[in-house]
Amino acid sequence: MIFSKIKCTGSYVPGKIVTNDMLSQYVDTSDEWIRSRSGIEKRHFSEGENTSDIAAKAALDILENGNVNPLDIELIIVATVSPDYTTPSTACLVQSKIGAVNAVAFDLSAACSGFIFGISTADKFIKTGVYKNALVIGAEVLSKHLDFKDRSTCVLFGDGAGGVFLERAENGGILAEEIGSDGNRGMSLICAEKKASHIFNIEPVEEDNFLHMDGRAIFDFATRQTPKCILRLIEKSGICVEQLKYVIPHQANARIVEIISRKTKIPLQKFYMNIAEYSNTSAATIPIALNEMMKKELLHKGDYILMAGFGGGLTWGGLLIKI
Amino acid sequence: MEVLEKIKEIIAEQTGKDIAEITPETSVMEDLEADSLDLFQIINDIEDEFDVKIENTDEIKTVADVVKIVEENQQ
Repeated sequence: MIFSKIKCTGSYVPGKIVTNDMLSQYVDTSDEWIRSRSGIEKRHFSEGENTSDIAAKAALDILENGNVNPLDIELIIVATVSPDYTTPSTACLVQSKIGAVNAVAFDLSAACSGFIFGISTADKFIKTGVYKNALVIGAEVLSKHLDFKDRSTCVLFGDGAGGVFLERAENGGILAEEIGSDGNRGMSLICAEKKASHIFNIEPVEEDNFLHMDGRAIFDFATRQTPKCILRLIEKSGICVEQLKYVIPHQANARIVEIISRKTKIPLQKFYMNIAEYSNTSAATIPIALNEMMKKELLHKGDYILMAGFGGGLTWGGLLIKI
Repeated sequence: MEVLEKIKEIIAEQTGKDIAEITPETSVMEDLEADSLDLFQIINDIEDEFDVKIENTDEIKTVADVVKIVEENQQ
């Protein structure tokens, strides 16, 4: 039996740190308002780097941390909703930037659940023996899609990239997984609508490049769907909550995580949180957190961790992994 | 009256306030200092408790408004 296992992690966040106070100079909001409703204190914004740039920097960090030769990479998946272009894919741009000429590369669109979907997809290629390894990255430059006139969304999101290098293993790795979609609720979170238009249109269409979110609908989805997903994963894996070292939730909102903790009866201390520093970086929150935990030596071989994401699509996903 | 009592209980739990402080006239967001996320969670708990779907939250100001919406939805 073949399994896929995380060999190493890495991340990159751009350098422009924007505090809540800085945002409140441009938007009618305040540090207290943002902090109390989301747990966010600051976010990192790109200083001109696009999604493929930060994804490639995260990729180089991953490769360095695991001493991986880019020529050995067989598959690259980049999960993003903020690609540089519709084509070429961000993954192809990353392939070129890191010199992974032997890899096949494609993007995956599952918003904040994208990293989980990416691992799940790569895992199938590895388990079936098609590829021996995969670089899976979540990367977003969401600042380019923020409407700074909409104070209910622009304060919540930031830029960043993170990922893992997966390789085949004889045991361990992913013990349970679940990915899911509910397209009926898709319009509650939309980003950069591309309208049908051509020169024979009578009325020219206006492009809307912004992210729009129905806060209540997403809150409802996240607080109802994620706890169920977490509990199903624990049940499927056969381990008990006490054995679980950490839960790495998608960092969308600290208050949502508190509710997930309450509903799953998993102590809040087991939920790793870094939203205060980075805000919501969509597909990148979980791999950034995972890499931070590795650097802090919070995780060791044999530890059980659970990652769970939810977001646009609407989509959700979770993985229970043995490190 | 049963609906009111259960709703008061749910609101008290989410806001951390004493149930005795909560009357039908109490404003959920002003008197109980609940923010929009507290209100979302209160509505979710109420939806689960009474098996109703509450679409429009803009009309909700007081506890009595919540009771009215639940009773209308139950019919």
